[in-house]
Amino acid sequence: MMEPMHLQYELEGGNFTKAGFASSEIKKVLKQLNVDAKTIKRIVVSSYEAEVNIVAHAYSGIINAWIDNEKIVLHFNDKGPGIPDIEMAMQAGYSTASPAVREMGFGAGMGLPNIKNNVDLLEINSEVNKGTLVKFTIGLTPEMN
Amino acid sequence: MNNKFFHHALYFSKETCIGCTHCMRVCPTQAIRVRNGKAELLPNRCIDCGECYRVCPVDAVKVEQDDFNLIYNYKYRVVLIPGVFLGQFPEDINQQQIYSVLIELGFTHVCEVETGAEILKSVMADYIDENLHIRPMISSFCPAIVRLIQVKFPSLVNHLIPLKQPLDIAGFYAKQLLIKQGAEQDEIGVFYITPCAAKIAAIKSPVGETQSVIDGVINIDFAYNKVLTIIRQSKSKKFPSAKESNLSPESILWALTTGESSVMRGRSLAIDGISNVIEFLEQLENEEMSNIDFLELRACDESCAGGILTSSNRFFTSERLRNRAKSVQHPAERNENDIHNFREYLSKHFSIEKIKPRSMLKLDENIGSALEKMKKVNELMEILPYVDCGICGSPTCQSLAEDTVRNETEISRCIFIQRILEQKGTFTNEESVKIMKEIWGEGKLDKDLK
Ligand SMILES: Nc1ncnc2c1ncn2[C@@H]1O[C@H](COP(=O)(O)OP(=O)(O)OP(=O)(O)O)[C@@H](O)[C@H]1O
Ligand SMILES: [Mg+2]
Repeated sequence: MMEPMHLQYELEGGNFTKAGFASSEIKKVLKQLNVDAKTIKRIVVSSYEAEVNIVAHAYSGIINAWIDNEKIVLHFNDKGPGIPDIEMAMQAGYSTASPAVREMGFGAGMGLPNIKNNVDLLEINSEVNKGTLVKFTIGLTPEMN
Repeated sequence: MNNKFFHHALYFSKETCIGCTHCMRVCPTQAIRVRNGKAELLPNRCIDCGECYRVCPVDAVKVEQDDFNLIYNYKYRVVLIPGVFLGQFPEDINQQQIYSVLIELGFTHVCEVETGAEILKSVMADYIDENLHIRPMISSFCPAIVRLIQVKFPSLVNHLIPLKQPLDIAGFYAKQLLIKQGAEQDEIGVFYITPCAAKIAAIKSPVGETQSVIDGVINIDFAYNKVLTIIRQSKSKKFPSAKESNLSPESILWALTTGESSVMRGRSLAIDGISNVIEFLEQLENEEMSNIDFLELRACDESCAGGILTSSNRFFTSERLRNRAKSVQHPAERNENDIHNFREYLSKHFSIEKIKPRSMLKLDENIGSALEKMKKVNELMEILPYVDCGICGSPTCQSLAEDTVRNETEISRCIFIQRILEQKGTFTNEESVKIMKEIWGEGKLDKDLK
């Protein structure tokens, strides 16, 4: 088994201008690795949603990505209010987004369901008033899916 | 890989090139390197946008052109002129003068390219409606954009609308019209006056079809100078009045920015300028933009009015076309030769094959090997200076690292690395001079300093 490649990005809560930076960088890497377009799309869509969730709902966060020849593993770790009821948060359409966030075009309550639909493995751990850790894995070769 | 696939209309004149890196710096697909003091083109990456042509200080970037006398291989010689060709000429010269001079130059028929748009606009609008599952749909109008998407945004190729463009439709129409009037297929030659290199490349190696209907190209600057000279030299001469074109205002404006987007139904955006387009496509790859129906993307600022081969200021060209569109009396009269009467025939020729990606970004076919290479690239980036000076002959530090990992160059071409190695005593001045000469040729280093 080869040593995976590690990438890391930091995020600030409330800074929507920067949201999407990490997914964009990850996309560049995946294109260079000749990962097929559909898989890249799934990865970029999910990491973008997870990234926006940190910016929209938390105070600060760190994204870690590990890529090997079979899969990408992504960890979105934030300091923030946490998610009291994860099952509810996963429901399509559920959102606690503030009016200000909705104003910016977010807050449809589709982020987490969208992630779930696009990833192969998903795990969310959260502690209220501390933070949230969203982890997911996506296979890089079509036959793994 | 088939060489014809990567046919380019742009090439560098080795004699003229002074090895200055202007072109290498502006190339949006990083398709240029400097070797032996001369710019070299990487054919897999070049999209014929012509940014290099614009910045070259010594005119070493050339655009190929067919021999004008090629037209005499045909009995019927049709010239297809784009609206921006008419838009090159000052206001005191009218369309009829230009038409008749073109006939004087040896053509037998003149047809406006945008005639094809008369038919395409509804076909394209219907196509967009019928393919609701693909949003946004991207116009294939600009060949540099089609190639850009193929090499740099492979995930977006299925957004490209696989329909022929006004130029090809007008070409089919012109040929069919002459055949209807008794000409034989092989007696007809159709020639296009082109404002850019990308159109030439698209004709010589079309994407999504095997052969173009266009038989030859004439560069717009060449045609403009020829026509203008004749008009200016024959001031007093009366030109026979050619028949007025009956293009609709929308078609007249087709090749300008918003020419397509303003005609398509639904939510449409128009973006011109290659760096604006790249910025937008980067975002499109990251986000869902399914609420946009249509994207008009053009490589040149002010679209075809800003084509690299044009002579007139692009803003004046646009203004002239907009004035012309305003002055159109409607509805125009139609006769039996009108393109609308050829709709059924043309509809057999509308579609092109699926456009395939040909990514230039991958470091290797195999993910595992690509990953190994990327790790090496990242290691190299740790020691490179992030100055992007271009002295190594690659456009950026990142591209030097990638070229090195692909075994196309060596990391010791970086002058910073050379200094580091010299400090360590593992590299001599002779060695670095030798490397510099490999990149820049003898001349730049063999100079007398007083
Ligand atoms: N990192 C997080 N920290 C705290 N709460 C979160 C976090 N991520 C999601 N949530 C909570 O889960 C809810 C649902 O998240 P989801 O991403 O599905 O929708 P949204 O972010 O509200 O809207 P959308 O993603 O459609 O713009 C959020 O409204 C928020 O209450
Ligand atoms: Mg969300």
